[in-house]
Amino acid sequence: MNAVSTQTNGANGSAQSPKKLLEVNNLVKHFPVRGGLLQRVVAQVRAVEDVSFHIYDGETFGLVGESGCGKTTVGRTILRLVPATGGSVTFEGQDVFAANPRQLKQLRRNMQIIFQDPYSSLDPRMPVGESIGEGLLVHGIGTRAERFERVIQTLRSVGMQEYHARRYPHEFSGGQRQRIGIARALALQPKFIVCDEPVSALDVSIQAQVLNILQDLQAEYKLTYLFVAHNMSVVEHIADRVGVMYLGKLVEVAPRGELFRNPRHPYTKALMSAIPVPDPRLKRERIILKGDVPSPLKPPAGCRFHTRCPEAIERCKTEEPLLRETSTGHWTSCLLVN
Amino acid sequence: MSTTTQTAPVLHSEAMPVEQSQLRLIVRRFARHRLAVVCSALLVSIFLLAGAVRALVPFDATEIEVGNSFAAPFSVSLKDGRTHYLGTDHLGRDYWSRILYAARISLTVAVVSVIGSTAVGAVVGALSGYYGGVLDDILMRFVEFLLTIPTLPILLILSSILLQSPKAVPVPDFIINGLSGFMYISALEARQVVMIMLVLMSLGWLGIARLTRGVVLSLKTMNFVEAARAAGVSNTRIILRHMIPNAFAPLVVSASLGLADYVISEAALSFLGFGIQDPTPTWGNMLSFTESYMFEHPWLPLIPGLPIFICALAFNYVGDGLRDALDPRLQL
Repeated sequence: MNAVSTQTNGANGSAQSPKKLLEVNNLVKHFPVRGGLLQRVVAQVRAVEDVSFHIYDGETFGLVGESGCGKTTVGRTILRLVPATGGSVTFEGQDVFAANPRQLKQLRRNMQIIFQDPYSSLDPRMPVGESIGEGLLVHGIGTRAERFERVIQTLRSVGMQEYHARRYPHEFSGGQRQRIGIARALALQPKFIVCDEPVSALDVSIQAQVLNILQDLQAEYKLTYLFVAHNMSVVEHIADRVGVMYLGKLVEVAPRGELFRNPRHPYTKALMSAIPVPDPRLKRERIILKGDVPSPLKPPAGCRFHTRCPEAIERCKTEEPLLRETSTGHWTSCLLVN
Repeated sequence: MSTTTQTAPVLHSEAMPVEQSQLRLIVRRFARHRLAVVCSALLVSIFLLAGAVRALVPFDATEIEVGNSFAAPFSVSLKDGRTHYLGTDHLGRDYWSRILYAARISLTVAVVSVIGSTAVGAVVGALSGYYGGVLDDILMRFVEFLLTIPTLPILLILSSILLQSPKAVPVPDFIINGLSGFMYISALEARQVVMIMLVLMSLGWLGIARLTRGVVLSLKTMNFVEAARAAGVSNTRIILRHMIPNAFAPLVVSASLGLADYVISEAALSFLGFGIQDPTPTWGNMLSFTESYMFEHPWLPLIPGLPIFICALAFNYVGDGLRDALDPRLQL
């Protein structure tokens, strides 16, 4: 598990600086399941198991996988919104998990999050301007007037108006609320934003609008995104590099073009074949996975995917594959890939 | 800034046409609840009467007119020309005057007890729900233990202990003096009133604590709390600025329903002789003395009974109205 140690070429092979903004090493997150009279820990949900990747400055790293594979948990754990069970996260050379409360507060100026559900992500009893400016307030940035100015400026940057600041969340539509959520994440002028499925709760027409805003803001403020999603088309549109997760593990990491052209892991191949293509006459091979995702309470031995893998061999049941670089910048965790 | 504004035009059709303040919305929704409006008018007038008591009563609360017991309503005092609007009680004290002084005392007891128990309950509940874990277990098991015990016997025991030795609980002098001035009673009586408030509060916060804890537990899972934490907002600020305001509506509703409860509880304690003692007038202890005379003078229990009845009912309806008005899910 040293996916991060080797320097790979940046996204798209473009002129991006190869500086790593964020490094995630062997991240583990288990949720204890308590039961019985004494509320003892009876089991562990292995939500994230030994995940390592890195994100270059200024890029968008897409994290895909089906529901319950742990992709959201990765995002929340990186920001220390939930405590990690193991591993480390380094942001600009600083260990996030080892930061004391004061250092953590400073780190949080640079690391923000946008949520999936635009309805629960804003306090219904607080005018949205106040929600957006709260981060500025607690960090003691600027005077009252300066903070208000920044709030207005941020609202405008997501296509909203000054008078919206005084309104309450219930007066906005889902798309507007999502843009307000983006404005709140932006207010502290962070370097890195975890976008936790920011468009999957929105109408398709609004999805495009929000994605465009995210891309414009990235260009304008040199933002780095961790973009969590389950929609491959959205990821193909926005991500520079993509990581594919299955049952708490990262199974494949590659630059966007490479991954979509040349998926190596059987799970990624199955995901790719499920992307709808707007051409009814196009014949293509669909890989239909059988069965359900195994429970993360008791993940299968060997390769976690072997129970559903169409290519699995006997070895897969016992030997656990490591994520290794199978070609430049393309990392795969499968015993069958050379 | 301008580049992004171009790509993401403001969708005016999405916005609501008129800006409306939360307060105006709430008032409008409350106004639709006719009974609640009538009841709040009723309560306002009772509070006004109790507030202006000095200007409205011809007699002192404890002034005894010897030889003129059970005078009929609107009879005239034997000594001077003053009118007993509601007659006199068994000791010849003016009923109307006592009812109004009693209103001041009974309502103050109810209001102060509600504020106190709501504040305590909200803080305990919010801490318990927000921090969870061992703290939550300890606090909630304690609350549940107290809730399983029947209320009235506990109140009776507590108040008999506290009334026996009112100095057992140290109360700052300025509170005693303030209350005695406000309710036109002596410092000794005021101390008694404070004890009764403490008795009522001692069990009153339990329900509020559970209510607040439940609300906080459900709020804790909302993303806006996580967003606040991600922005570096402290736990204290999250509780004060996000949890309590969101729990405010159910707290206001339960406080207004609590007022009804406390008016009745105070009356019940006083009626049973464990509350505020005669000669300090309260609706409850006025009622208790009519017991022996009610067959000859049937209006005697009705007069202090009526305000208890009206207040309990009105607070309940106002609480109902507030519940509907404050529910943010309902839109007008």
